[in-house]
Amino acid sequence: MAAESKTKHYVNLFLRYFVLILVGLIMIYPLIWMVGATFKSNAEIFSSIGFIPKNPTLEGYKAAMQNYGGAINVWKAMLNTFSYVIPKVVFTMISATVTAYGFGRFEFKGRGILFSVLMATLFLPQVVLNVPQFILFTKLGWVDSSLYLPIIVPTLFATDTLFVFQLIQFLRNVPKELDEAAKIDGCNAMQTLVKVIVPMLSPAITSIALFQFMWSSNDFMGPLLYVNTPAKYPLAIFVKMSMDADSGFQWNRILALSLISIIPSLIVFFMAQDKFVDGISAGGVKG
Amino acid sequence: MAKKSNTASVAVPKKKKSFKDICKENIGFFFILPWLIGFLVFKLYPMGASLFYSFTDYNLFKGMNVIGTLENYIDVFTTKKITTALGVTFKYAFITVPLKLVFALFIAYILNFKIKGVNFFRTAYYIPSILGGSVAIAVLWKAVFRDDGLLNGLLGIFGIEGPSWLSDPNYALFVICLLRVWQFGSAMIIFLAALKGVPTDLYEAASIDGAGKWRQFFSVTVPIITPVIFYNLVTQLCQAFQEFNGPYIITQGGPRNSTTLISLLIYNSAFKQYDMGMASAMAWVMFVILMVFTIIAFLSQKYWVFYSDEEG
Repeated sequence: MAAESKTKHYVNLFLRYFVLILVGLIMIYPLIWMVGATFKSNAEIFSSIGFIPKNPTLEGYKAAMQNYGGAINVWKAMLNTFSYVIPKVVFTMISATVTAYGFGRFEFKGRGILFSVLMATLFLPQVVLNVPQFILFTKLGWVDSSLYLPIIVPTLFATDTLFVFQLIQFLRNVPKELDEAAKIDGCNAMQTLVKVIVPMLSPAITSIALFQFMWSSNDFMGPLLYVNTPAKYPLAIFVKMSMDADSGFQWNRILALSLISIIPSLIVFFMAQDKFVDGISAGGVKG
Repeated sequence: MAKKSNTASVAVPKKKKSFKDICKENIGFFFILPWLIGFLVFKLYPMGASLFYSFTDYNLFKGMNVIGTLENYIDVFTTKKITTALGVTFKYAFITVPLKLVFALFIAYILNFKIKGVNFFRTAYYIPSILGGSVAIAVLWKAVFRDDGLLNGLLGIFGIEGPSWLSDPNYALFVICLLRVWQFGSAMIIFLAALKGVPTDLYEAASIDGAGKWRQFFSVTVPIITPVIFYNLVTQLCQAFQEFNGPYIITQGGPRNSTTLISLLIYNSAFKQYDMGMASAMAWVMFVILMVFTIIAFLSQKYWVFYSDEEG
């Protein structure tokens, strides 16, 4: 009896690891294969499913460095991406924190209804907003602006409601006594925010900064609509354009470009994995 | 009541609130003001404008005439291309969302046993979610599902001749769905956090009652985490109805419109044909459909979602 249950235990254990490893392999193998493929010749890429190149070559990377239409190369595109991702991240951190502070800590006229509005916008699909926002930004003369205005400016106004919501949730667990103590010590509302709330919220603020970084770096729709000048293309558009320009034959070049384009995200992810996991868990548990 | 307060205000010397006091009382309002401005300018106004455009023949280059009838909306429901796109979108959502949730919950359940290297597995499963929305992964997907791509290469080893995944209308949508299902990691992490919160004594009690592992899963675990299942369901549904990158980059909506999701059609109509009126009408129809689904989900909560606060 005991032996039987022990066997059962080991069978279960084996099955669990088997499933985890098999599914994990299916999930990750395409990425590993992609890394290998960037070092293969174009003739070799689709000749086998192994990821180790038989005759490693850098020709894909060399080709990836080429200029596109004379106006832009991959490094310029990366720089372009950062030139709107970083302001977006900074502005989101500030505007979302200030908004969360206002909703989380104060009573004021109309707070209830405005909070409902905030919650409702969580469910507002971007697809509905794309057309009228594009028309609005066209009228403002912001489309294709050299400062990426349509992509950056909305983040000054806490338009990513999800982040505000996450901060409000987090703020609930910060004891209100801290605010009161600060008030007694003579802090006004602004000083309390900077000296008490921001330090307490910093794990949550870091987490929204990381998510905003990932999402903005990967965002395709925004630059697709609002960036038309090749010299201003970010990576997302640059990779897509390169693919369209020579589909079919230069796969090592396209895959090398793709890999380069996700390396910043990968670095940030591996540096701050736990923060991502914490952030995403915190958002969901409350439901 | 009104009288009473009147007399009170007579007794106490009438003190008019100064502007400064009002500001002080409502100081919170100033903190949310940037958000409010952003909401009005970048969300409410565009929504209103879009509703208006949907009753016009607004063309970005030709100008605008108010049609004043439901013509655009009638077109949405009678043009074959659009009804097909709506159908494809439903199909996409109803394949992607359940598959993703089942995978996420299943893997989270296994990871929740005392597994060695849980962090390693968690990372491996989560990476696709982090990168999945990028153009790079869409490019990779194209390489994997090419006729001579990675998948057919693998099938070839087993002597199976794989189909043309991307050019066969029967399979192309499935490839697009898989791209999303592959990104089940973020939902999985939310499930994992919820599973960790299930009190272990409940499992012990169930096991004393003779419930096996599967029985425990369905009668203890699932009911307790229904709020989180609900949360994932709603967020995934919202995401699925808006999927754009996959079909735009990988299949361009083809073959034979089999992957033309409604968001892609809206994009084409607005930014290829510049027909802003029609695009707005489609967007509103999509929005209303999504809203109906969300409301149904919220209303259905009382039949299957258990909030512990109510029980206790």
